[in-house]
Amino acid sequence: MNAPNQSGWKPAMIASEDGMHNGPATTTGNRALMLEEPLLFEIGRSDVTGVDLPPVDADAPTRLGALGRSEAIGLVGLTEPETVRHYTRLSRQNYGIDLGFFPLGSCTMKHNPRLNEKVARLPGFADVHPLSPQNAVQGALDVIHQLGGWLCTLTGMPAVAMSPKAGAHGELCGILAIRAAHEARGDAREVVLVPESAHGTNPATAAFANYRVEDIPATPEGRVDVAALKARLGPDVAAVMITNPNTCGLFEKDFREIADAVHAAGGYVYCDGANFNAIVGKVRPGDLGVDAMHINLHKTFSTPHGGGGPGSGPVVLSEALAPYAPLPFVRQQTDGTFYLVEEENREERGPSFGRMTAFHGQMGMFTRALTYMLSHGADGLKQVAEDAVLNANYILRSMEDILHAPFAGSGPCMHEALFGDKDFTGGLSTLDVAKGLIDEGYHPMTVYFPLVVHGAMLVEPTETESKATIDQFITAFRAVVERALAGDEALKQAPYYAPRRRLDETAAARKPKLAFEG
Amino acid sequence: MRYLPLTDTDRAAMLETIGAATVDDLFVDVPEVARLDGPIRDLPMHASEMAVERHMKKLAAKNLVAGEVPFFLGAGAYRHHVPASVDTIIQRGEFLTAYTPYQPEIAQGTLQMLFEFQTQVARLYGCAVANASLYDGSTACWEAVAMATRVTRRKRAVLSGALHPHYAEVVRTMASFTGDEIADAQPAITAEPDLDGLMARIDDETACVVVQYPDILGRISDLTPVAEAAHAKGALLVVVNTEPVALGAIRSPGEMGADIVVGEGQSLGVGLQFGGPYLGLFAVRDPKHVRQMPGRLCGETTDAEGKRGFVLTLSTREQHIRREKATSNICTNSGLCALAFTVHMTLLGERGLRELAAENHRLACLAADRLAKVPGVKVLNTAFFNEFTLILEGKPAREIVRDLADRGVLGGVSLGRLYPGVAALEHALLVAVTETATQEDIEALARELEASIKESVA
Repeated sequence: MNAPNQSGWKPAMIASEDGMHNGPATTTGNRALMLEEPLLFEIGRSDVTGVDLPPVDADAPTRLGALGRSEAIGLVGLTEPETVRHYTRLSRQNYGIDLGFFPLGSCTMKHNPRLNEKVARLPGFADVHPLSPQNAVQGALDVIHQLGGWLCTLTGMPAVAMSPKAGAHGELCGILAIRAAHEARGDAREVVLVPESAHGTNPATAAFANYRVEDIPATPEGRVDVAALKARLGPDVAAVMITNPNTCGLFEKDFREIADAVHAAGGYVYCDGANFNAIVGKVRPGDLGVDAMHINLHKTFSTPHGGGGPGSGPVVLSEALAPYAPLPFVRQQTDGTFYLVEEENREERGPSFGRMTAFHGQMGMFTRALTYMLSHGADGLKQVAEDAVLNANYILRSMEDILHAPFAGSGPCMHEALFGDKDFTGGLSTLDVAKGLIDEGYHPMTVYFPLVVHGAMLVEPTETESKATIDQFITAFRAVVERALAGDEALKQAPYYAPRRRLDETAAARKPKLAFEG
Repeated sequence: MRYLPLTDTDRAAMLETIGAATVDDLFVDVPEVARLDGPIRDLPMHASEMAVERHMKKLAAKNLVAGEVPFFLGAGAYRHHVPASVDTIIQRGEFLTAYTPYQPEIAQGTLQMLFEFQTQVARLYGCAVANASLYDGSTACWEAVAMATRVTRRKRAVLSGALHPHYAEVVRTMASFTGDEIADAQPAITAEPDLDGLMARIDDETACVVVQYPDILGRISDLTPVAEAAHAKGALLVVVNTEPVALGAIRSPGEMGADIVVGEGQSLGVGLQFGGPYLGLFAVRDPKHVRQMPGRLCGETTDAEGKRGFVLTLSTREQHIRREKATSNICTNSGLCALAFTVHMTLLGERGLRELAAENHRLACLAADRLAKVPGVKVLNTAFFNEFTLILEGKPAREIVRDLADRGVLGGVSLGRLYPGVAALEHALLVAVTETATQEDIEALARELEASIKESVA
């Protein structure tokens, strides 16, 4: 959280003549607490290790056939103090939620409660093998069962597939269940309809499942064009993939009508649940006619994003799709014990479409998410959605007088507010505002997504930010936007104060250097 | 509610700014039929940290903890000692609570770490380039098959019978939707894998041949002839590794001619965690294949002042740019697990990984010799690293495993569980021995196995 700053306190800063606050260069390249760190391969040594193990006995008999390694691997090691310092120094070049406000739209960067971390590390969860005999892992199976129960109740859906490893994997699970359901009826449908505001994973997923993807346009108010969608429905349409709330930050108010039309045409409704945080505990997607929806446990249910994963993407399924869910699934016997339905349970597995991953899913994320749910309860989760939506609307209404908000007239937004860069001058764009916010101490919002808005800026504050933090952000955001509106050239070079200035991504792609050489 | 900072005063002030009377006015676009009038019924209300911890601890207590008993399970998930500093580093908020490095100027920590990770994985596998990780070994295996079909423009994959059955099942499942043809087989219970039979199945339509190394029965063999046979037919060799520690002792897949090497990285840094999250590793031997790779890639570049820095690169392969034409639908990778892997690898280094591998192999040889002396037990493998197959007399191995668990020993993975209904595998038990096993553990396994078999024969 940023300093509340209610007193108007500001760090004292003496500007140099060029306004850059740059002092003299240092010998090391370091700047006090900002420490440069070489690559591991520049400081490690091949004969150093930070783990005490018996030395290799070259004369010991082996049973490696003729496959004993003779060549060096090319690794280097560090002792423990060097390792801790190396990665601690690297960590300080990262922005994280713990450090400050991280309004990355559609990613739901909320606080990650530390109780979740503690619980996930209990040996009874962390030190359990996935193929242990099932009588030795009843608690682990119970966690999956309980979490599945919460997800079904919160979504109003009858079934859930727990094994998908991330949101995109969950999308794939839902679409594969839809294909399996159609094929079971001998119905070879070829097309999946995806609104143009969708996440890129939606069309990629549908294409992977061998569907032809067709775009559905958006209305000027930022929602799916229901008439266009209905006109396109027919016997060749397998499914419609809709994000709700959508990536423009709006609730698809005609969702039920769309779902009914899709069902009437023999198709299924896939809902991208990436934005479930806006409605958790307030609205049950099952009441809107959803057939399948993935839930990103790392968004709504606060499991850490970890610098890009691991995620977890369970998929809730309607009665029509439930029989096709991937293996394994957890069932409870009448005596209260749990068991896994796997490949061997030939009758119980029914028409399951197969297996998406080894083992049973992201257990380490399940324990965290269940801990989060128990902490919040039904009342707390409802409050989560309300505060997330309140914070986003507060930002929308505090910015719309100076920043183009294309759908501000469409009514309240949900958990995120969408802006565009059309009024910027002097060749400045969304990217410059994002980099300017970095200098102000913020992680930028999502930029250039969704594609339906020019220079999109998608701001998702989440519910775990205080009003003081949001007020301070609004002040900074407005200041940077004012500079962009005024065509401030200096903004084109931002950030000035981050560990790195703008990085040359074109050069990186033209001549890729993807590993250390030397 | 301890995680929600807004007060009622804040909420009222914010609603006033917004121009809404109540928070429910912000949900006006939700149709009446879907609006709930209060907290969802059938769920408990919020609870204190203490109460929640108590609930979760009760669940944890119902599991048999690997570290508290003699433990010999493997089959794609291995228990190794993870140095304490690994968890300290991955719990630093700057790593734990960051996201995909979309803004590289303030994500150099994650990016440099990924660059180091990619280098470590590429070198371990004997490859030129590794990506920034995938979900796990099984999904990486499918991604390798999918990539091979793109590179060769062919649609047939030949799977070794000794590929982990879950991995094979994932490939079969995915292929049933993409229309690729999968030629698979059951593992033969032989001391050495039948590579001739495998090579005979490669034809001119084959995109790739997929071989696990060490294989599901723990066997290891030189894959150079398979690489040559594949290449002669214009196919790629995909090698799957589920135990990266093995590569500290045995030749790398790249050195034997593998074109794509994939695997599970869980052994290093990640822990067992009942199956996930794990860490998919993915590398290619020939840099010309880089643009067909799935997943995130981190590359080196410079910033506007000429300082070295790192960015995600070649993203034109990816879904957020290419949409339906992307090489994969993958978005998130397994970043924090990659960090754990890299920190563990850094602590080990060349010397430590070789020592760790040697210690695993030493103890596995010791265990194999001891178990071979148990009446009714035969060791199948000629060559192995830290995992081997036992053939047991008496009851099916699955029942013996349950019996051993009742006797307080987690004795291995029965192949009957992995290959249900395959009679030839019913009496096979897969035993993994890592540095965490003590001589007393091995003795306990031998003793209880002997007792269990004796009872079952009688």
